[in-house]
Amino acid sequence: MACENNQLMLHAYFDGELDLVRSVELEGHLKTCPECSRELRDQEAMRQLWRSANLYERAPESLRTRIPAALPSEVQPKPVLGRRRPVLEWLAVAAAIVLAIVFGAKVIPNIGGQQQTNLLAQEVVASHIRSLQPGHLFDVQSTDQHTVKPWFDGKLDFAPPVIDLASEGFPLVGGRLDYLDHRDVAALVYQRQKHLINVFIWPVESRPTKLPEIQTVQGYNLVFWQRDRMYFCAASDLNVAELRQFVELLER
Amino acid sequence: MQEKTRGSGDVRSFEQVVTPHLDAAYNLARWLVRNTHDAEDIVQEAYLRAFKFFGGYQGGDSRAWILKIVRNTTYSFLEKNRPADLGVEFDEKIHGADTPRPDAETILLQQVESRTLRGALEELPVNFREILVLRELEGMSYKDIADVMSIPIGTVMSGLARARVQLRERLLRTRKEEGQRGLRK
Repeated sequence: MACENNQLMLHAYFDGELDLVRSVELEGHLKTCPECSRELRDQEAMRQLWRSANLYERAPESLRTRIPAALPSEVQPKPVLGRRRPVLEWLAVAAAIVLAIVFGAKVIPNIGGQQQTNLLAQEVVASHIRSLQPGHLFDVQSTDQHTVKPWFDGKLDFAPPVIDLASEGFPLVGGRLDYLDHRDVAALVYQRQKHLINVFIWPVESRPTKLPEIQTVQGYNLVFWQRDRMYFCAASDLNVAELRQFVELLER
Repeated sequence: MQEKTRGSGDVRSFEQVVTPHLDAAYNLARWLVRNTHDAEDIVQEAYLRAFKFFGGYQGGDSRAWILKIVRNTTYSFLEKNRPADLGVEFDEKIHGADTPRPDAETILLQQVESRTLRGALEELPVNFREILVLRELEGMSYKDIADVMSIPIGTVMSGLARARVQLRERLLRTRKEEGQRGLRK
């Protein structure tokens, strides 16, 4: 083949790996060499094929949950106490009390019993999974809490608290209306690297719901808590340690 | 930037560095071993190794770092379990056709279907498959590919050229066979 050396350069050119001088040289060569310009057209046809073929194999969910579990136990991340926002400092005290209540004593009245609890957890997981299907994640897509919060105005009979945790590594990415526990609820969507976290929020009504604390259903972890006469549930494929860390940050 | 502030044995930063590349790790392992079950085991094993070696991670491209561990784990697996899968080393020459190829082939190439590409890629020798996956699916630079595969950049260039020629030949062969079957009907 007459153009063997140019053929190598051609691939580097095609991949954007040639410097400017050699790119210009090669472009000059292409004008006079039908063999090389054909090769370039072939490569373009093949790249088009790569694009349409969708051959990328994404890691299955089972592997995502399996790997943190397989790593030595000290791998489980410890909650990192970030910078405290001065204005909200007093809230930390309140939150600490709430956390002590939520994770400590079981103060939420047990009326519905175990079965109802499991039903709610199943419902949350079903909503979480549905939200991951294409086009179901957001009604309002924004990383700005001041866009997401007003979006709920007039759509719900309560005002869900919306805060962004981007600086703590859990950016807010959007929100939507959802349906849980026989009523409309707010769902906020946060991201942790490639994991999505749904936070469902709905008001405590006259008939209290018995909440489980932490549950794992179909490989998804759920953390429930209650504050300001609202129920909260964070659902994600994220490991329990990081999910609890997230909840602590939300509550701070 | 989080990678710079990491202290050795810092668990959170291991997750920050390595977890985002789980899809890339699985994609590479899956294409190298060609089945999902072994790919999952290999990625898990590679992540355990990565955790062990994390103290030696010097910063730099974290995807290339973890993919290098994944590919080495995969090759160890293949050596042990399927030595026949391990193909030829790259040489520096491109074995192209000596005669100019007809223009009609470019048109044929444009008619190849997506599933034909999947089949053709699966049939390529393992190191050709690897270099194509890193370049075409992972979109890596020659430098990062050289890091992952532990070969010089020049060999990346010639290896890619050879892999693409082989892939093209397979695609054309399949396309022509399909065309003939179509005529016979």
